Amino acid sequence: MSSFSSSSAAGRDIVALEGVTKRFPGIVANDSIDLAIRPGEVHVLLGENGAGKSTLIGMLSGLQQPDEGRIVVDGKPTPITSPRHALALGIGTVFQHMMLVPTLTVAENLLLGGPWWQRPRTEELAARVAEITSTLGITIKLHAKVSELSLGEQQQVEILRAMVRNSRLLILDESTSMLTPKGIDELGALMRRLVEQGLAIVFITHKLKEAAAFGDRISVLKLGRKVGEIPPERFRALGEQEIISEIVELMFGQQKDDPEAVERPVRTVHAEAAPLLRVADLAVAPTDNAPGLSSISFDIRPGEILGIAGIDGNGQKQLAEALAGQRATTSGSVRLDGAAIETLSVGERRQRGLRYLTDDRLGEGTVGTFPVSINFFLKQVGAAPFWRNGVEQRAEIDKRSAQLVREYDVRTPSLKTPVARLSGGNIQKVLLARELAEGAKVVIFNKPTYGLDLANTLASRQRIRDTAARGLAVLLISTDLEELLSMCDRIAVIANGALVGIVDNADDARTKVGRLMIGLAA
Amino acid sequence: MTGLFSEVFLSALLFGAVTAAIPLLLAGLGEQMSEKAGVLNIGIEGMMLAGAYLGFVGAFYSGSLWLGFLTGAAGGVAVALVMALLCVRIGLNQIVIGIALTLGLEGLTALLHHFQFSRSYPRLPAAEVTVIPLLSDIPVIGPALFKQHLIVYLAVALVFGMGYVYRRTQLGLNLQAAGDKPAALDVAGIDVVRTRTVAVLTTGALAGLGGAYLANVGAGLFIPFITNGAGFLGIVLAMLARGRPIWVLFGALLFGVCLSLTTAMQVAGINIPTDIIQMLPFLAVMIMLVLFGRRASLPAALGIPYERGAR
Ligand SMILES: Nc1ncnc2c1ncn2[C@@H]1O[C@H](COP(=O)(O)OP(=O)(O)O)[C@@H](O)[C@H]1O
Ligand SMILES: [Mg+2]
Repeated sequence: MSSFSSSSAAGRDIVALEGVTKRFPGIVANDSIDLAIRPGEVHVLLGENGAGKSTLIGMLSGLQQPDEGRIVVDGKPTPITSPRHALALGIGTVFQHMMLVPTLTVAENLLLGGPWWQRPRTEELAARVAEITSTLGITIKLHAKVSELSLGEQQQVEILRAMVRNSRLLILDESTSMLTPKGIDELGALMRRLVEQGLAIVFITHKLKEAAAFGDRISVLKLGRKVGEIPPERFRALGEQEIISEIVELMFGQQKDDPEAVERPVRTVHAEAAPLLRVADLAVAPTDNAPGLSSISFDIRPGEILGIAGIDGNGQKQLAEALAGQRATTSGSVRLDGAAIETLSVGERRQRGLRYLTDDRLGEGTVGTFPVSINFFLKQVGAAPFWRNGVEQRAEIDKRSAQLVREYDVRTPSLKTPVARLSGGNIQKVLLARELAEGAKVVIFNKPTYGLDLANTLASRQRIRDTAARGLAVLLISTDLEELLSMCDRIAVIANGALVGIVDNADDARTKVGRLMIGLAA
Repeated sequence: MTGLFSEVFLSALLFGAVTAAIPLLLAGLGEQMSEKAGVLNIGIEGMMLAGAYLGFVGAFYSGSLWLGFLTGAAGGVAVALVMALLCVRIGLNQIVIGIALTLGLEGLTALLHHFQFSRSYPRLPAAEVTVIPLLSDIPVIGPALFKQHLIVYLAVALVFGMGYVYRRTQLGLNLQAAGDKPAALDVAGIDVVRTRTVAVLTTGALAGLGGAYLANVGAGLFIPFITNGAGFLGIVLAMLARGRPIWVLFGALLFGVCLSLTTAMQVAGINIPTDIIQMLPFLAVMIMLVLFGRRASLPAALGIPYERGAR
């Protein structure tokens, strides 16, 4: 394996991406991206979930091949054909998802990849690890089984592994997510030392503070496109706050010629009308894999759309589930049309008119192998008129399904088609048809356009506007700020499970919301 | 009832147990290797049949038992090659292909045997045994355990050899990673498909050898469907052995005892309906599954084809 060789003289790219495009069925994960990775630099890659960061890393690590464009290594166009090839080129990656074998020990995991006929060289490894951990200031239990380690410890092992391999390009894909604040600072200091030795580092994070504190150069991805870069000269000239506001501008700023941009129609919300949904001091206890919620309070009046903005994973899903009754709350009240519903079951809340469109359309929202028709009535299974005495009323179901398919423009080969075979947009229409049916009063949409193509995105948004226009109260949870700005009357911002502010959707809403999202006062 | 405890009876029982255990042992060790690497090898019964048939043909025409073992192992590898191609490389369903291979080879070997030998079942000369001095003089155990064909000792040695490979070599790490977290192996620079292919081919060689032993040493002849579920018993053994070859050995011996009770009781002249005695091995399987089924711990990625970059 190569060490930091002399060929990587400072200033020249170790690796460069030129017009790299990667498509997955129905989505352009990377859209002609140019990226220069230089020795002596921490190159921060920023972007929301789904922006295409991990896809980019997959191509640099040999897991995936670009559909268009090329990768240039040390000045030569070099297709990276396999992970082994990437390692041989000196590219070491800490992947976003754990890449350790849980049933092997830490030492065995670090040794994985050696020539198969050899005995694992445990002593050599122990010496090398001791050397690195002492500079890193961490302790690693070499003989513990990986499954016995905490997630943070596992992440440390993965970072260590990339270093044991003497990579000259180190890629860290969201490697700070499980570290303590102290661990993160240490990692930052370590990255600084490494780049001073001549390494190149690509550092992916969600947290703007880390980006500003540890980076030399920042590239911002948005929906697969690179929307901006802050080069080192500029980086050094700016203070931390200025860098952060520049990033916010790049991440959330209005794009030119955006096809999704729609003038928001002025709606008249009767300010004096009694709220349809009133939430006060709602709290949810945190679990192992989800943040908790605290002091959530808001009202939604009839005909109003309230947006929930925030970086993904800040409690959006928990909020939606707590309101729908799928997640236990520890305190607070939820009133629907004046009546307290916080103690009611999921079914009873639905009965009263509270509807929830999950973002997990196939997992939680529908039963993929069931036909479209049954999926329309999943939440009424057993109830008349579609079921009588426990017997499915085929004719009744088909008649109503056909009606819904027409009304909601679901493109399906037939009513009997398993719903999983439909495209994302049409699955969403099935959900919409089901949840907006008779008796809806308050509708919670969780990322309603996530992963949909443009036509379906626009159609879904129109459907949501129509819902509000009918006098229903709408809670729209989205990580797409443009979407919220184009639809909502007011926008609340969620961060770390708490509502940090509610902003009227006026001209200055964009900057106010952006600042709230990254933890600055509006 | 003195017959039951006579030296002759016990010795015959043990000898038969070992003879019956060896094919199960080889099949179990083979299956264990595939499963460790994440491939559920249901086709192992077919591999054993191919080994039994080709092993018999090889030995029959060459007159050499060792050449027969070689052709038997080659037969198993040939079937394993198909399995590796379809299930590891192309990623088809391992259970479906495994069953298809087993059924296919049952038919194919029966057909070939019929063409070649019509309805006659020629026998091979009795296999030569290697007598281990001193040890073979121990009463009861001696003649049963230490007057066996050389391949029996080799098979037992293989148990320890494989234990060493699994616990002490880089290859062992690779195999385990391929079964528990193939993506981790891949990003460590080791080709998962290649690792699994090696495992499946090894399984084929061991299963083929087991089949050849069954025909050439155990029975001395080939009859259609001769394996009679030995491969499936191998799968049970591998699943209960928690990745440890030594447990496969113990399990194989236990089943071997049950299988040989049938013959041994006849030798001793005991009057129990054979139907009942012949149920013993299957009863043993069920008892073992009830007792130990819970301790089966299977690799996380068992049965799941690996595709790089998929999710
Ligand atoms: N193997 C894959 N198959 C299909 N779609 C994928 C695959 N990998 C990523 N995607 C899609 O590509 C987009 C970008 O994903 P990803 O690169 O993981 O984003 P990020 O790391 O920035 O959160 C997402 O919409 C994701 O659903
Ligand atoms: Mg990612």
